[in-house]
Formats: sequence, structure tokens, C-alpha cells
Amino acid sequence: MSTVTIILIDGLVTASSLFLLSAGLSVVFGVLRILNLAHGSLFALGAFAGAILSIDYLKWGRFPQGSFVVLALSALALGAVAGPLIERGLLRWIYGREQVLQLLATYALFLILEGLQQALWGGQAYSPWVPYSLLGQMTIGGILYPRYDLLLFGVAAGAGILLWLLLNRSRFGRLVVAATHDPEMSRAMGIDLSRVYTVTFAIGTALAALGGAFWAPTITVLPGFAVDTTVVAFAVVVIGGLGSIGGAALGAVIVGVAQAAAVQWAPNLELFVIYVVMTLVLLVRPQGLFARAAVRRI
Amino acid sequence: MSRARLPAAVALAGAFCAWWFVVPAWIGFLTTVALAKGLAILGVALLLRAGLVSFGQGLFFCSGAYAAGFAIKEWGVHDALALIGLGLAAGIGVALLTGLLVARYRELFFAMLTLAFSMMLYGILVKEYATTGGSQGMTVSPVTLLGHGLGGGRAQYFFTLACVALVVLLAHRFVHSPLGQLARALRDNEIRAGYLGASVQRTVLATFVVAGGMAGLGGALEGISVGHVDPTLSYWTQSGEFVFVALLAGTGSVVAPFVGSVAFEIGRSYALTWFPDQWQIVLGVVLLGFVLFLPGGLWSAWEAAATRTRSFARRRLQPQPAVGDGG
Amino acid sequence: MRRMPRTVAAAGIAVLAASTALAATAAGGTARARAKPIRIGIVSFLSGPAASPFGIPARNGATVLIRALNRGALPKPYNKIGIGGRKIQAIYLDENGSPDQNVANYRRLVQEKKVDLVIGYISSEDCLAVGPVADQLKQFTVFFDCGTSQLFSKPMPYVFRTAGDQSTDAIAAARYVLALKGKVKSIAGINQNYAWGQDNWNTFSAAMKKLDPGVQIKDALFPNLFAGQYSAEISKLLADRPDVIYSSFWGGDLDSLLQQGLPRGLAKSSTLVLTAADTALPELGKNFPSGVVVGARGPHGSLAPKSNPLNRWLVAAYRAKYHTAPVYPVWHMAQAILGVKAAYERAMVKDHTKVPTQAQWMAALKGLTFRTPSGTIAMTRSGGHQAAEGSAYGVSAGFNPKTGEVSLTKVRTYSAACVDAPKSMSVSAWIASGFKGARCP
Repeated sequence: MSTVTIILIDGLVTASSLFLLSAGLSVVFGVLRILNLAHGSLFALGAFAGAILSIDYLKWGRFPQGSFVVLALSALALGAVAGPLIERGLLRWIYGREQVLQLLATYALFLILEGLQQALWGGQAYSPWVPYSLLGQMTIGGILYPRYDLLLFGVAAGAGILLWLLLNRSRFGRLVVAATHDPEMSRAMGIDLSRVYTVTFAIGTALAALGGAFWAPTITVLPGFAVDTTVVAFAVVVIGGLGSIGGAALGAVIVGVAQAAAVQWAPNLELFVIYVVMTLVLLVRPQGLFARAAVRRI
Repeated sequence: MSRARLPAAVALAGAFCAWWFVVPAWIGFLTTVALAKGLAILGVALLLRAGLVSFGQGLFFCSGAYAAGFAIKEWGVHDALALIGLGLAAGIGVALLTGLLVARYRELFFAMLTLAFSMMLYGILVKEYATTGGSQGMTVSPVTLLGHGLGGGRAQYFFTLACVALVVLLAHRFVHSPLGQLARALRDNEIRAGYLGASVQRTVLATFVVAGGMAGLGGALEGISVGHVDPTLSYWTQSGEFVFVALLAGTGSVVAPFVGSVAFEIGRSYALTWFPDQWQIVLGVVLLGFVLFLPGGLWSAWEAAATRTRSFARRRLQPQPAVGDGG
Repeated sequence: MRRMPRTVAAAGIAVLAASTALAATAAGGTARARAKPIRIGIVSFLSGPAASPFGIPARNGATVLIRALNRGALPKPYNKIGIGGRKIQAIYLDENGSPDQNVANYRRLVQEKKVDLVIGYISSEDCLAVGPVADQLKQFTVFFDCGTSQLFSKPMPYVFRTAGDQSTDAIAAARYVLALKGKVKSIAGINQNYAWGQDNWNTFSAAMKKLDPGVQIKDALFPNLFAGQYSAEISKLLADRPDVIYSSFWGGDLDSLLQQGLPRGLAKSSTLVLTAADTALPELGKNFPSGVVVGARGPHGSLAPKSNPLNRWLVAAYRAKYHTAPVYPVWHMAQAILGVKAAYERAMVKDHTKVPTQAQWMAALKGLTFRTPSGTIAMTRSGGHQAAEGSAYGVSAGFNPKTGEVSLTKVRTYSAACVDAPKSMSVSAWIASGFKGARCP
């Protein structure tokens, strides 16, 4: 089993979770023009929701495979509830303000959501490992990999395709494109912008939560575990291009593979390599690999 | 320094001196650390004044701290003045290097790039166990100042206070210098400032380097006070804390960041004992309140109240102007 | 203007203090001082990733012991009430946070709460940061758990450690695994990237190379402390298939490593040697695989001497209160508390005083030999400040539904004389010399 194959497989597994995390961030930024520093906390809340609900479900004892459905549903529920709550309760008050203030407001939200994890589950760790080993193992090149990794990849790919279809082939998608390109004109044409924003943010939240929920079985979930995920998500999105789903996918793969390569070949660079790649991309193609250059308005 | 401000400045300096003798030793220690951090926060405030949010002051703060640590470990340098000089140099050096890339960007990208760079340093420090001690950090002791031992006590407090006072004076001069005024203009409209003939890029870079140097100096001071440095100084939440206090304190005065920092450190210490699990939520809500309702920070509220009182008093004490005075 | 009233107040306080002191030295004053409780600051992880497997059991152990001691309910020789007749008052502090935060919290504990003694610190990083501050503040401090061998690289007069350091476990692991398998072709390590993990690997690999010169080192992996996700490292270990994988992972990280690695056959492709696995046994229960070499950082937990009366008392008392078996941090806490109690009561005899000073107390602990639930501990290393303790290992042999515990076979105990470096040598020098003077069975 060559090291390169290991790197590719491990990289793709990480990339699946990264894609779910970053696609949400990218879409929210593309439409609402707000970079949500608390996005990683939504990932973490998704992990908690998935972990707690799946552990509770498994206590019932029957149909353990249902735990996968529980993971998905808990994430979607979080998106449907927390998304509009945050968008209506906080974001709506900072639209159009200085970007600096918007950033600080989402940083405040980050503090609140991290604090919430500590207040609700401080000192508690959840290890929902049953779903992880439920599907058994598969052999690739002489090494056992859990089939769960395939599921994770499938969920990411599926969510990505659904998202693309939603934005490019549905009526809602056309509303979103209109609202992004010209908010004033869209409002004049009778589009309910605030509803578009709310739904978009809910989708972004649900994606992050989905990433967290399906990542939970591979780790031990405890408060504060996702503090640096927002930064990683930002790196992924910068590499791929803000506002682009395909970019988020490509960025996720690049970052995932780079990290896996570092673990195998240069462990000392494991944490550092993401930002190096991001800086290189910024130097060569500042708008990201997929997006088109934007003209600055005076 | 304007005449009106001098007595206030002296009174504040006197208060800080007396503070050490009035409060218990552990609060005195916290104040020393808070003053050192205040230097990094002042850097954030200067950048905020220019319309830039830096979420990466921790990078320079940590560089300065580790410069001190390395100097002790590798070169056997124990003198406090040499150590803080190295911290200052480290801060300036790293700021120049990163500023060349970061200063090309504004707003969101500027903020996130500074954040990413600070996380880069964190990543290197944590992994390079052999040279940097990894996540356990390095000890920064023993440190002496002209033969006198330093570290956590009264001598360290007054040494830090003296350094801070010097930096405050220099910062005041910077803010009122042409470069400093230009930075303020950039916040309003950068393009217009460029059309007026100013070098926008150089101003941004200069402010960035000044902020970085201050943070580096502060980092070395913090390392000496605590006797220990670790990579979390470069973690993005440390920078976030600097931004939080800078916003709370406001950009109106060069002294505000230090008062804010001391209040924050002491407040946090008590809050952690009283409600350790809810502390972060409180912090977030307070920050949100400031962002939405008082973006100028506490100092602006203080200044506004002071101005209103002064103008009220003036109107009361002086005769009414005749019509046509253009009052 | 503000200074004058303070001078008057200061003078007044001085007079008051002097008169109180005079009164206190009279008969009856010592009775008052003796009745004053001994305040001990106890620092352990009460939140964060190390809390539930580690820090909270340690705190629970302290609670059980202190309550029993205050009632005089321990077996001999610890049946005196409290410490030297004075009841113990514990003040608990959370260790969660960076080493810098721990330094600030320690200073506050000492200067604001004015404790007589500090017992604490699980993470080696925190011990290394707090140690010099203890000396600076001249505060008697006992580290009860952290295992880095770098602790006493410079002497620290106010700091003691009542548990063995990692070198004991690493060297014992090398001897045990060779006794178990005969010869080992290749080894690999996965340890946390800080003093504890690095020291562990350095000692183990050096010992293995000395005892089994042909052994090949395949991988030395160092993921970060509390990283939580190890799939890439596991892939590497599965691909390289070393004979033996040595890991000093502890607490939540160990749980995660096992949860991620066991389904992929990590325990089948290599023999796992886990020096701190004791806490993972109750966590994984039925799912703990057999054939794993299990350590408990010494003769603690499942490897504690079952016939020792103190051990039997401790396990029963802990079970009665918390309805679960105690894990090895509890033994470490017991060693610390009983050690300082023995030292205090010895100082009372040696110095003919009912209330030993801090200096007398510390002098009594230096070089002391005392009984604990793990056996006898002698504070003979690092100038009398470091405990010489043996170690023990066993092999997991499946879950026993009757006892509700994972059973261990082939248990072997190693005495301090076999696996501890002598007073005069550093660990690396001792290994390089071929373990000169080691007395092994």
C-alpha cells in the first residue's frame, strides 16, 4: 500500500467534512456578504446534536442503522431552528454596516456559541462511536478502512450536488442569484429579500451542522473542540474562491490532501501547511481558484 | 502634549503607581500582565483608527515573547532591557515581513489574513518540540535588570509601568504626527486620500509595523512577568481578546487600552471564579452590545459625557452670545 | 494624603499582631493553632478534555480520602484525625487552561486563599510552568501526577513529586514486552507532542535498543495533545505493521485513539503497549480488546496490590461513594495526601512541636519512606524530592461479566530498584550504561 494512496484516502475523508463546513460559509458570504466567524461553532453544535441524539437513539436498542438518519435529521433540525434564529436575531441588525463591525458582531456570536457549549455540556464528553464501526471495515491495499468513511464522502457529495441543483436549477436559486447581483432591483421587482437571506443562512447552518454531525462519530465531542475550524474553513474558501461551491469542494480536497501528506511526510508542518497553501493562492490568484475577479466600486 | 491633558496624564500615572500598594499581590501581578497586553491592544486600536481590524496581533505578541525565551535559552541573555529590545525587534521584523503581503488587503481579507498568519506561527511553535518546547512552551527566567532580579513582583510591575509610559508618550506623538493623521484619514476614504497625494500603502504598512513592534515589546514584557511563554499567545482567540478590549476601550485615547486591559484581566479573574461556565456567553453579549450600540467604545462614552458636562458648564457660566455671533 | 491613614493603620495592625503572637505562644495558644484546619489547594482538571477520565476521578479520590481522614477512619498507620490532629480543608482549583493561565491561577490560589500546601497538576506542561513559581513564592507544593522527567532538571526546594516519573513506566514496559514476546523485530510509537509524550518515547526506544540491540524503529508519531483525530496516524501504523506500538496516550486522547484504531484492527496488526490504559478499561469495558499490554502508570488501579490493606480500603471507600471502580489518578492523589500526612506527623515527633512550620514539614517529606495503597514509596530521587516507585504491567484478557471489569493476566510488578535510575545518574546515562546496578528478578 503506497503512501500516496494512503494520503489520497485520508485526504478525501477529511475533505468531505471540510467541504460541508466550507460550502456553508461560502454560500452565506456570497449572498449575505457576511463572513461568519461563528461558523465553526455551528459545526460544533451540529456535532453535539448528532452525538447526543444518536447516543440516545441507540439506547433504544433496535435498528442501529437508524442512527445515521438521526445524525442527518439532528443537523437539519439545527439548521432549521438555529439558522433563522441567528439571522433574524443578530445578522439582520448588521446588514450594510461597516465590514469591521460585522466581523466583530460574528466574533461576539462565536463567543456566545462557544460559551453555550461550555454552559450546557462543560466537563461532558460524548463519544458516539457506534455509527463509526457499524458498517464494518473494507480493505484497500491491505489496510482496513471503516466503511463509514464512504458514507461521509457520500453525504458530502450528495449535499454538494443538492446544493448545486438548488442554486442553479430551482426557482429559489434564481431568486438568490438576483438578490446577490442587485439587491435594490430585486426588492423593486417584489422579491422578499429578507426571506431569501433567512433561508440562505439556514442552509449554510444546516450544511455546517451536517458536517459536524457526521464528523462526530470519528472523534470525542467536547466543548471547544471546533475553535479553529472557522479558520480552516476560511482557508478552504479563500483557496477555492468566496461564493463558489465548486471552489469550496476543490479547496477542501486540496487542504485535506495537504494535511494528510504532512502527517505522512512532514509531521512538523501539519498545522502550518494549510495557511501556506492559502498564502500561495492569495499571491498568485487572489480571488481564489474558481471565482472571477471583482471590480472594486468607489 | 496639549496643556489640558497634562494634569490628567500625571494623575493617571500617579494612580497606577499607588495601585501596586493598594491592591493584593495577585491583583498587582494581573495588572503587570494586563499592562503588557495593553501594548498589543494599543496596536489594535491604532489599526482600528486607520479603519483596519487586525485579528493577528497575537502573532507579534507571541514573536516578542518567544524572542525573549530564545534569548535566554540559546544565548544566555538575562538582562531585561536586552530582552524587551529583542521583543521589539522581533515584532517589527515579523510585521515588516507579513505586512508586505497583508497590507495589500483591506477589511475582511486584512482581518482574516492577519488571523491566518498568527495561526501559522501557532502551528510551527506547537509542532517544533525540539527547538521551541512545543505546546509546553519555554521558561523565561531568571531575568535581571541592572543586577536586580525581576519576575512577577514589585520591581517587574514598575519596570512594566515605565516601559508602558514611554510607549504611551511615543504613541501620542505618533498619533499627532502627519503619518498618524494620515492614518485617520484613510479610515474615512482611502481613495480620496490617495488622490490628495498621500502614499496609502506606506501609511498602512507603517501603522502595521508600529502596531507590531508594540505588540512584540508587550509580548517580551509578558513573558518576563509570567516567567513562561507558550504557543497559545499566537492562537487566534488571544488576538480576538485584544480586539475585544480595544473595542471596549475605544480608539479615542492612547491610554484607554491600558485601563481597559486591566479592567478586563481583573474582571475575568473574578468572573471565572463566580461563573466559570457562563463567562464566555457574558463576554459575547457585552461585545455585541458594544458593536451594536457603542462602537466608539467606553472611552467615547466617557469623552462624550465629559464634553457635554464641559459645554454645559461653559454655557451656564458665560453670558448668552448676542444674535449674529454665529455661535 | 492617602498614605498617612495607611501608616497609622499599618502600625495598629502591627501592634495587634504582636500582641496576638505573644498570646499565642502562651499555653492554650497552640491548642487554638492546632484546631485551625490545614488548608490544601488541590488542582486538577475539572473541565475540558482531561476532566472526566482523569481530573474528576482525582478530585473524587481527594474528597473520599479527606472526608475519611477528618473522621480518623483510615487503617493504621494513618488513623490519626486529619493531618496531625488538624482537620483538612480542601480548596479545589480547575487546571483547565494554558500553562500561563495556570501560573496566574496558582499565584491567586497562594496569595489570595493563603493555603498551607498545594497538591496538584496532571499535565506535565503545567508542572513545568508552575514549579519555578512555587519556588519564587516560597510555597510548599506537591505535584501528584505529572510524569515528565524534565521536572527536576534544576533543583526546586519547594517542589516535591510523590509519584514516579515516566522513565519508570517506559523502562518497565521495555522489560515487560521483551519478557512477553521474547524478541521484538520492530517498534513504533504514537505519543502526544509535549514533554510527557516525548520523554516517554525517548526513554522507551533507548531502553529497547539497549535490551534488544537489533530492534528496528519504524515510526515515531507525535500528534498534538488533545488533537482528538488520529485516522492519518492510524493509517500509517497499519501500513508499516510494527511488532510493538508504544503509546503513553492518556485520558480522552487514549479513548479516541482506541475508538478509531480498534475497528481498523490496530490491536491485531501490532501489539499495543499502553502505559496509561487503566482509565480506558472502564470506558471501553466489553469493547476493550484482549492481548493489549496494559499499564496504570505504576502499581495502581487494576494493577494495585490486592492484599494491601490500604488498597482494599481505598477501593471499597471509592466504590461506596461513586459506584464505579477508581482509576489510577486516585492512587496518585492518595500517595500525595498520605505522604504529606506522614511527613507532618513525623515532623511533629522529630521537631517536638504540635504545629510544624513549613520548613520542618518539607524537611520531613524529603527522603521519607511511607506506606500507600500502591505499596511503599521512598522519596529518594532528585535530592529527596522525587518518589522512587516501581511499575507494573499486565495483558488484557477479555471482559469478565461477573466482576464487570476487564481482566488482566500475566501481571508483573517491577520494583523501584529494577526500573528507577539510581540517585547519582540521569535516566539516559543509566540506560547507556546498560542499567548499571539494576536489581531485577
